[in-house]
Amino acid sequence: MPATHFLPRSSLSQLYDTLSNKGYRVVGPKVDLGAITYTELGSFDELPVGVQEKQAPGSYQLSHTGGVRNFSWANGHSAIKPYVYASTETLWQVSETDNGFVFKPGEPNAPLTAIIGVRACDIAALRIQDQHFLHNTYRDEYYAERREKLFLVGVNCSHCADTCFCESTGDGPEILDGYDLLLDELEEGFLIRAGSDEGTTIVNTLATTEASSLQLDEAERQIKSVAASQSTKLLHEDLHAKLLTQLDNPIWDEIAERCLSCGNCTAVCPTCFCHREVEKPELDGKSSSHYREWDSCFNQDHSYIVGEVVRENTKLRYRQWMTHKLATWVEQYDRIGCVGCGRCTTWCPAQIDFVREATRIVGPELLDDNQ
Amino acid sequence: MTTNNCYIPHEVEIVERVQETPDVYTFKIKFTDPEIAKSYTFKHGQFNMLYLYGVGEVPISIMSNDGELLVHTIRAVGRVTNAMMGLQVGDKMGLRGPFGRGWPLDEAKGKDIVFVTAGLGCAPVVSSIRYVIGKREEYGKLVIMQSVKHRHDVLWEPQYDEWRRVPNTQILLAASREKTQWPQWELGRVAVLFDKADYDKDNCVVMVCGPDAMMSGTARTLIDLNVDPKNIYLSMERNMQCAVGHCGHCQFGSQFVCKDGPVFSYPEVEELLRHRGF
Ligand SMILES: Cc1cc2nc3c(=O)[nH]c(=O)nc-3n(C[C@H](O)[C@H](O)[C@H](O)COP(=O)(O)OP(=O)(O)OC[C@H]3O[C@@H](n4cnc5c(N)ncnc54)[C@H](O)[C@@H]3O)c2cc1C
Ligand code: SF4
Ligand code: SF4
Ligand code: FES
Repeated sequence: MPATHFLPRSSLSQLYDTLSNKGYRVVGPKVDLGAITYTELGSFDELPVGVQEKQAPGSYQLSHTGGVRNFSWANGHSAIKPYVYASTETLWQVSETDNGFVFKPGEPNAPLTAIIGVRACDIAALRIQDQHFLHNTYRDEYYAERREKLFLVGVNCSHCADTCFCESTGDGPEILDGYDLLLDELEEGFLIRAGSDEGTTIVNTLATTEASSLQLDEAERQIKSVAASQSTKLLHEDLHAKLLTQLDNPIWDEIAERCLSCGNCTAVCPTCFCHREVEKPELDGKSSSHYREWDSCFNQDHSYIVGEVVRENTKLRYRQWMTHKLATWVEQYDRIGCVGCGRCTTWCPAQIDFVREATRIVGPELLDDNQ
Repeated sequence: MTTNNCYIPHEVEIVERVQETPDVYTFKIKFTDPEIAKSYTFKHGQFNMLYLYGVGEVPISIMSNDGELLVHTIRAVGRVTNAMMGLQVGDKMGLRGPFGRGWPLDEAKGKDIVFVTAGLGCAPVVSSIRYVIGKREEYGKLVIMQSVKHRHDVLWEPQYDEWRRVPNTQILLAASREKTQWPQWELGRVAVLFDKADYDKDNCVVMVCGPDAMMSGTARTLIDLNVDPKNIYLSMERNMQCAVGHCGHCQFGSQFVCKDGPVFSYPEVEELLRHRGF
């Protein structure tokens, strides 16, 4: 266990300065258009202060509690994913020369990036994307380049939303590894510990003191109580394999009547990896770029093969999304493709509750309200 | 980042071009970089991503190789394949590959080999048929069953006549929408051919290629005839963008058709083939 230090609230800005001086672009949470968004920060003064959010199916609302805390909310619509698996990425540029075609790989040109305030669910999702893009038959060099430049400052949650269920997927709320620095936020400041050599170097530049046993106890009590307060629970993984025996269940049709097939769920999901490739010829006709952009299995052309759309209706698309996350993902990557962040439920305009629908299909007897 | 970047095509040049029918064309191509030409090898049933400058990429089966030339036969059906038809000898394209898992031709040695294809062309099996014919003494009986809607849909009918002369080889053709009973042809779907096929059901490998419904129908017929499901192989087709297991488009349940397939043994895909939408 690395040493835990205490960083007074008034000294948090030192962390920004150190990161910035070391050449990092510092990304973190900021209130923007009524939600918490991860964006490049000019200083930590831009962090939320005393903000809490309420999440429910189809709803995300911020309120001011008047407190001093920067991280007293659960999550926003995205955190790490767009910074490592970019929503558009140039794969190559080709030019026509006298000596034929010259292919040049796209250059992610990713700056060193420190992201502050990432949560247990975000780190778990990153690990899943690492499996998919890096530790796979083929390695994705673009993802790899951005990934190598990431520095992660995790924060243990001190609050969870009603939509959160990371405790039941085994992914949170406590961050156990995968961070460079880890914070626990207390009223008077932060407990801070390093999880990598670079993290240690950075902690050593800060005016910290040794954390007191009182503070350590308080942090532990805090994370335990968050875990205990999580009331939304995904069914056990064993039950989800059962989804594949329920492919003809009428509940899929019923969900499809509400689902707009808009793809919001796949866009906010931190583990979704689907993308399409697009060609963009330059106007002068002498060169062309080939890039990829995020796609969704809710789009009609996602499953298009000449003469046929394999998933021709919303029912088949919603069924693809849920069976992939909870059942077939396990065969691909030895775990479910869901880390319990609840984003797909919060950002669903049709208020479809992912956990509840999964439960209705595979374990309706477990619903308290028996609807 | 160039080395080992699985996304970057290599330049190829069209050395020969054949217009097979008004909408089907064959390219014989070679890598312009001799180093790459030398290191390139493929297995029958694998595919390449062919890139048309300024337009895009499509997955195309490797039909065969002719010395250092790779052969691709392509049907013009959409944006990329229509535009590609305009290329002429000497024109350049991009190519990445080979990708995927091919047919189990090594495991099939010593056994009877049955090919069942439906629809137009069925490029994924042609290179394997040629391979088996080339090593005829290493395999048992060879049965080739092809069904189409109309007799004129079949590419290379003369090729079938040639294969008919290969020892120990049976060619069975069916046309489902034809009214005239041509010599050597049956009327009906592929199922009508099974009664005529002569192979050892206990010691055979069957390779099937066609639309999903035809493949699962064929597999079930074969199983009713007592062929072991493990010895039935199918070549699947799904939308492909990346060919390297990243883009998610080709997923068939837990399988990525581009890297885990396109060839699967029947038990690997049986369950989900029963349902629409995977
Ligand atoms: C493993 C494999 C091997 C194939 N081998 C051959 C072959 O040897 N000869 C041949 O003529 N065709 C083959 N096909 C089908 C060929 O890839 C499609 O006809 C082609 O992608 C259509 O592209 P398009 O832009 O002309 O058509 P559009 O209708 O404009 O298609 C738009 C895009 O959708 C995707 N797409 C559409 N249909 C398919 C499809 N059937 N499979 C995969 N992606 C698709 C492609 O990304 C395509 O660019 C093969 C497909 C697969 C999966
Ligand atoms: S499926 Fe929903 S809850 Fe699970 S990780 Fe994706 S967005 Fe979060
Ligand atoms: S298939 Fe759908 S659920 Fe699965 S990764 Fe792709 S977009 Fe996400
Ligand atoms: S084609 Fe992209 S994952 Fe298979």
